[in-house]
Amino acid sequence: MTNPLLSIQDLSIVLPSSGDRAYAVERLSLDIAENEIVCLVGESGSGKSMTAHAILGLLPPRVTIDARSRVVLEGTDLTKLDDAAMRKLRGERISMVFQEPMSALNPLQRIGAQVAEALQLHNTAGLSATAIEERCIAIIDAVGLPSPRQIVRSYPFQLSGGQRQRVMIAMALLNNPRLLLADEPTTALDVTTQRQILDLIQTLQAERKMGVLFITHDFGVVADIADRVVVMRHGRVVEQGTRDAVLRHPQHEYTQALIAAVPGRHARSTALSGKTAEPLLKIEQLRKTFVSKSGLFSPPRTVVAADGIDLSIQEGETVSVVGESGSGKSTLGRMVMRLIEPDSGTITFAGQPVLGQDAAALRAYRKQVQIIFQDPFASLNPRQKVGDAIARGPMIYGASRADALKAAAALLERVGLGASAVNRFPHEFSGGQRQRISIARALALKPRLLIADEAVSALDVSIQSQVLALLAELKAELGLTMMFITHDLRVAAEISNSVVVMQKGRIVERGAPGQLFANPQHAYTRTLLGAMPGLDFFEHKLAA
Amino acid sequence: MKAIVQSFLRHPSGMLGLVILLAVIALALTAPIFFPGDPWDTVAAPFTPPQTDGMLLGSDSLGRDIASGIAHGTRVSLMIGVISTFVALVIGVVVGALSGYVGGRVGEWLMRFTELFQTIPAFMLCILLVAILEPSIRTVVIAIALVSWPQVARLTRGEFLALKEREFVQAARCQGESPLSLIVRYILPNALSPIIVAGSLAVASAILIESALSFMGLGDPNLMSWGFMIGSARTMLRQAWWMSFFPGLAILLTVLAINLVGEGLNDVLNPRISRQ
Amino acid sequence: MNLQWLQGLGALGVRLAKMVAVVLLIAIFNFMLVRAAPGDPALVMAGQSGATDEAFLKRVRAEYGLDQPMPTQLATYLGKVVRLDLGYSHRQQRTVLSAILERLPATLLLTLSAFAISLVGGVVLGSLAGVRAGKLSDTLISLLALVIYATPVFWLGLMLVLLFSVQLGWLPAFGYETIGVTMSTWAGIVDKLKHLALPAFTLGMLYLAIYARLMRSSIIEVSHQDYVKTARAKGASDSRILWRHMLRNALLPVVTMAGVQAGTLIGGSVVIETVFAWPGLGRLTYDAVLQRDYQVMLGVFLVLSVLVIFFNWLTDLLYRVIDPRIKAA
Repeated sequence: MTNPLLSIQDLSIVLPSSGDRAYAVERLSLDIAENEIVCLVGESGSGKSMTAHAILGLLPPRVTIDARSRVVLEGTDLTKLDDAAMRKLRGERISMVFQEPMSALNPLQRIGAQVAEALQLHNTAGLSATAIEERCIAIIDAVGLPSPRQIVRSYPFQLSGGQRQRVMIAMALLNNPRLLLADEPTTALDVTTQRQILDLIQTLQAERKMGVLFITHDFGVVADIADRVVVMRHGRVVEQGTRDAVLRHPQHEYTQALIAAVPGRHARSTALSGKTAEPLLKIEQLRKTFVSKSGLFSPPRTVVAADGIDLSIQEGETVSVVGESGSGKSTLGRMVMRLIEPDSGTITFAGQPVLGQDAAALRAYRKQVQIIFQDPFASLNPRQKVGDAIARGPMIYGASRADALKAAAALLERVGLGASAVNRFPHEFSGGQRQRISIARALALKPRLLIADEAVSALDVSIQSQVLALLAELKAELGLTMMFITHDLRVAAEISNSVVVMQKGRIVERGAPGQLFANPQHAYTRTLLGAMPGLDFFEHKLAA
Repeated sequence: MKAIVQSFLRHPSGMLGLVILLAVIALALTAPIFFPGDPWDTVAAPFTPPQTDGMLLGSDSLGRDIASGIAHGTRVSLMIGVISTFVALVIGVVVGALSGYVGGRVGEWLMRFTELFQTIPAFMLCILLVAILEPSIRTVVIAIALVSWPQVARLTRGEFLALKEREFVQAARCQGESPLSLIVRYILPNALSPIIVAGSLAVASAILIESALSFMGLGDPNLMSWGFMIGSARTMLRQAWWMSFFPGLAILLTVLAINLVGEGLNDVLNPRISRQ
Repeated sequence: MNLQWLQGLGALGVRLAKMVAVVLLIAIFNFMLVRAAPGDPALVMAGQSGATDEAFLKRVRAEYGLDQPMPTQLATYLGKVVRLDLGYSHRQQRTVLSAILERLPATLLLTLSAFAISLVGGVVLGSLAGVRAGKLSDTLISLLALVIYATPVFWLGLMLVLLFSVQLGWLPAFGYETIGVTMSTWAGIVDKLKHLALPAFTLGMLYLAIYARLMRSSIIEVSHQDYVKTARAKGASDSRILWRHMLRNALLPVVTMAGVQAGTLIGGSVVIETVFAWPGLGRLTYDAVLQRDYQVMLGVFLVLSVLVIFFNWLTDLLYRVIDPRIKAA
């Protein structure tokens, strides 16, 4: 590339000797032109985030840049600059936006002060305080936040995640930087908010003709916004090129695998063949409101998690419950498990009522319905051997310890971990492996209904597709019925017979994936669909 | 378990503390051997300075051997420290576990009850209890336990509240585990680490409280304890500095050792991300 | 603005209610304790050392209705407490309340000074150690804090007296003021301060060590927070980040801890006053212990508990100043 804005040559980032690898990033080279968006894609541990931090000299202590590396911004090698020179650059010629909006702002300082700081630190024009404030209000307005004057006087806790991320972007753009580094800025946001922020970044980039290095793990996002793509794995660049070249004709097998793993590309479109039998699980008019006190004179805060939910699931069906945060989908799953008690409504399982039953009936019920949780690192008792964790269920229901452990070993084998895992502890396994253990634990009681509460959301894309495949196999083999709770419509499309869309505690639409995608009825469903990253690019794969 | 022991063995300050502590315990156990006889006996001229007339650390106003007093006082301090902490742990863990696990109104009221104990000036309560109920080992232990349990309860409640909501506990509920089983198999083993650390630090503070009580004349009158030795030396600071210096040093070293061990345990059991 | 005022008043009201509840509960506790003691409650309440004055005992029995049924006794006792009648000290020949009120200012002076010293010193030293984590200054400060934390406070006081009074002669060893020096003159104030120095410093040292260690780890923890990285990405220098972003956030747990430690600080003042013959409530207690004057002890206990609540309210105020979120919530 002639005259790139930023040219990274042979970047190697050295980790402290106690780590499990020597390099976080090894001999990475990439260029960013002005007025283009380059997406840096990879899974966790690929080194993509480190690369961005290295550009601005924000690496954690004891992590260093190798001497042979060069990071050249419009002719200046950033690796050779001293701290004072770097500080002049930061926030002025290169700005950065981070992943977690909830913790990226100083909780004890007003928004206005924090945004103004970006200008105060680079106030070469000698602007007065009022002028600075006016510029802040202007930029807060430019990022699409309503009532900028009020925002300026607010504290971060009074803003939502999406709003905070807009503030971060405002801070980053205040000094008209040439290069914007965006480190997974939308990963922690809801799908609809993500769409808004992505659109915002694209618009601002085009307006200001900035170069943008956008880090993500989601190929859907890449498809939507990238001009060029760089794929990383284990600290190395595996492939790079224009968006179309890489997405349509990936050369490296890793890239091919990653693209193949993007969910929703093998959509199951069939609804379950017209069984009009009694549904296995029937939920009627379920209601739940959470009330939290907040101080003596403030009114208590109420959150409506379930506002009259009606839902039936047939035996053998996989129903996905899709919604954003606050939709009540997780609460629904927990209410079905009776981990949370609803305020009113009924749940019927195989013809028997579930709520308001005595302990014995609850025990019988629990044997038939099991749940897998989202966080693989919190789902297993750190002080319990994996085999015991799986065997406990059957043992409580009367099996002998020896039998239960034998069954546990078989299950572990089935989920792909090998029988020897029985005597190991959770910390010896990776996130994906722990989810497999959780699946084995759930299946130990031979349930009829399996609830997966965002069971793959915390996993890397390639692992995610493996676990989804495993679930599909097990479902077919054991004749399971599944309620799959997720925020990702693409995942829902991939595995379910029927998709249920939830918003603010209510079900707004239900249908087979193909039908829902082709012909959404409710406005919210349309918004969700429109927000799906990579919809245009991957759309043709979601055949009806 | 083995991993924990190995990690501790590699912890420099923790090991230092352990070595000192073992020396203290050894002194307590061998006191009758190295310092036979009663520490209350007059064995030398009053106010003998250290390193004179065979008095290692000098003698006090009544000619009693300071070194012997310190050696025998070790038993008193350690015994009271351990017993009162044990009682405090039992009360604290039970109250905290109940409050944290049951939650709701009961939990909140238990918490308020615990907070009440933290509102009162602890040492004053000890003085009151021991004075009114007549000073003896039993009342001292009761008094110290009574002011030490709230911290343990608070800690335990916090752990239980947090752990109760963790996914692995929820999963165990779905497997059909009974509440008792949940507490014993799932919650308690994971809550134990901070409680153990708190317990070890509580022993140190118990020793400090006991010495302060004895200093004020509220210790068991039959026991020669370090605090008592310092208390009786108070008015003789000018003439016989060694009377108060050495017992105090003994307290300092013992408490320091226990604190080092406790913090070493904390580093080993609860490794935190911010290492430095 | 109005809502904040209301909330502030509400918080104050809650604290006052708490204080009343605590006082009542302590009064009940005192009541039960006296009756749990071995021997005749009348003797306990009259003070046990030395010859018992029959006439006084009779008065005590009548006043407290010791031959009445328990509930009546309790009611009588609580009624007295509410009217601030904390009993009569036979030994000192005056009401407990007057004895306490006479000594209260000295204790207030001591505890507030120690509180200020410990908080300010702890925050300053802790910040220094935290910012220079791993370097020599950090190691020295941490080591010092560790040793002080393990030191019995009364022994520390004695050793400091040994050093500063006996050896160096810089500061007076005991007491409140030199006899003959008038209070209101400049010399009087200096004299007062000289007498205050050792006791306040000794009492404050322990808590200084605690707050220093806590501030140190708090600063280290805060330095890993995302908003610090954000500030750095904007081009802020390390010192600016420390002052404008880290300090306030790091202070919060320390202030919370100061509130929690209020009880032990005030309890510790009892020992310090004994060591330094400081004429406050602690010294009163020590004398009362020697004389087995239980009425005085119980009264002091009650008053000190009120003091703890006052300190809790202080730290709460401090917390609200640092953290604007509570007001605006």
